[in-house]
Amino acid sequence: MGLADALRGRTAKPPPDGSRPLPGWRRYWPMYTAVSPFFLLFAVFGVFPVGFSIYLSFMSWDGIGEARPIGWENYAYLVTDSDFWQSIGNTLIIWFLSTVPMVFLALVIAYALHTTVRFKAFYRVAYFVPNVTSIVAMTLVLGSVFSDSSGLLNSALRAINSGEVGWLSDPWAMKISVAAITIWRWVGYNAIICLAGLQAISSDVFEAAKVDGADNRQTFFRITIPMLRPVILFVAVTSTIGGLQLFTEPQVLFPVDDNGNVGGPGGEATTIVLYLYQQAFIFNRFGYGAAVGWALFLLIAVFSVINWRLIGGRDEDAIGTGKRKGKSRAR
Amino acid sequence: MRAETAARSRTIVGHAVLLLGALITIFPFYWMFVMASNTTGDIFAYPPKLIPGSHLWENMNKVFDGIDFWGSMGITVVAATSVTFLVLLFDSLAAFAFAKYDFPGRRVLFWIVLATFMIPLQLALVPQFVTLAWLGWVGSLKALIIPGAANAFGIFWMRQYAQGAIADELIQASRVDGAGFFRQWWTVGLPVLRPGLAFLGIFTFFHIWNDYLWPLIVMTDPGKVTLQVAVQQLNGVYTTDQSMVIAGALMSVIPLIGVFLIGSRHFIANLAAGAMKF
Repeated sequence: MGLADALRGRTAKPPPDGSRPLPGWRRYWPMYTAVSPFFLLFAVFGVFPVGFSIYLSFMSWDGIGEARPIGWENYAYLVTDSDFWQSIGNTLIIWFLSTVPMVFLALVIAYALHTTVRFKAFYRVAYFVPNVTSIVAMTLVLGSVFSDSSGLLNSALRAINSGEVGWLSDPWAMKISVAAITIWRWVGYNAIICLAGLQAISSDVFEAAKVDGADNRQTFFRITIPMLRPVILFVAVTSTIGGLQLFTEPQVLFPVDDNGNVGGPGGEATTIVLYLYQQAFIFNRFGYGAAVGWALFLLIAVFSVINWRLIGGRDEDAIGTGKRKGKSRAR
Repeated sequence: MRAETAARSRTIVGHAVLLLGALITIFPFYWMFVMASNTTGDIFAYPPKLIPGSHLWENMNKVFDGIDFWGSMGITVVAATSVTFLVLLFDSLAAFAFAKYDFPGRRVLFWIVLATFMIPLQLALVPQFVTLAWLGWVGSLKALIIPGAANAFGIFWMRQYAQGAIADELIQASRVDGAGFFRQWWTVGLPVLRPGLAFLGIFTFFHIWNDYLWPLIVMTDPGKVTLQVAVQQLNGVYTTDQSMVIAGALMSVIPLIGVFLIGSRHFIANLAAGAMKF
């Protein structure tokens, strides 16, 4: 909605003082000057690198010596590279493990905040502060909480005699640890976004539901959730893009070892960007790194489209019509 | 009567959920302080020590011995403030032009700004590094500052803000007074846009302060890195002394929490409003 309005724009009016219009270049140069820094920087650090990365992905290059054209070899290797596929699998699993509980928790927190009158300011700050603190620092803190032998979490498990978990060594537990850190960081942010969405829903709708005899649960699933769809879409799309670009948490949690191994035991927490980083900047395979970058781009594009269609794509007038009673249950 | 009880029990449940959640979100900050103020032995003993100790200064001093803390802090502060200043300057200029002036190609140019949102930074990571190497900027502050000096998010956000906040009459009045584009931007635009600029400024500052991947790649000189990279290096070298590593982490986080607590109300409200506009 907002985007369409923005693009429509508005037209500046002619000078009201009746002065004669200046010739084109004298009238427009200040505006072009004003917008030029962005376009200049984008050309040098955006367009050129992206174009250059296509070229680079068809090269074998260590960054120092001569670049050697090798045709489609990087891509051919990419398709058969089990480490690459493992990194895609890891990324998708971690993304799923973090996004699904996060969207659910964000909705619950937002709903609780919405119905609460007191301490609202305190809760908002408390839930938001993880999002603005350093990822590196907090990953180090949580990393020692998850530590296998002597971390706080395993100490607690030991205290209640329920066995220890290899949070930083077991393939699944490793992914859960990374997902938990992302949830911790982003749940409050998304809850605030959902809260803003909730507050935008007219209270008349809830009044009407009450008059019709809807209970809390019915109201939540039949009214709140459907009307929040645009917001849930925003949250889902941004978490998907963020999730597919995950790097810092697994890199800090499982430091690179002397052989250049990343992503912890068995590379079970190697994400796509971490793999790209390893190939390009640890092993100096610049051409291959560029090819991995394009694979990542493709993946993000595909997921954005899927997300869009799943959650919001089909009926755009979901807000405010209230005509889709039976249909919403099918989703 | 029944409805009242139901409402009260719902409030209690709501508060219980919120309080539990808030405790979980805040706990790592408490634990960070506990770790930084105890010895590693105490923390990893069984049962572990759960309350703050008296070794904070000792651990912090070890951090100063381990890394060039103030040097890294200096690099981070200079990079974050420079980028913030440039972003506010360039983005507000562009946003002002896009929001309030008509010029040939305006719509196409604005479409391009929006389209650049879609390109993930990581796609261009390798060639960006190569570009910087050609320019001879690798390892220098320029590599941290220049590429991020103007961004699409800021232009889009400020443009939305400017359209709503700046009245056309104000601009017309200043034009009658003979002010050109840049003077109108300075005297009419900036004062009105101040709240929007404050949000964009804090947002940019946090982003640059916290960034890890980009400085990790371009600041190749181990003695000249940002705070985030320095703290991670500390962890790489002194893994056995976790308390000291966490003390370093704590020191790198305190400025951010301070800035956030001062501007939090404003910041959170704007962020939510920004998301709703998409």
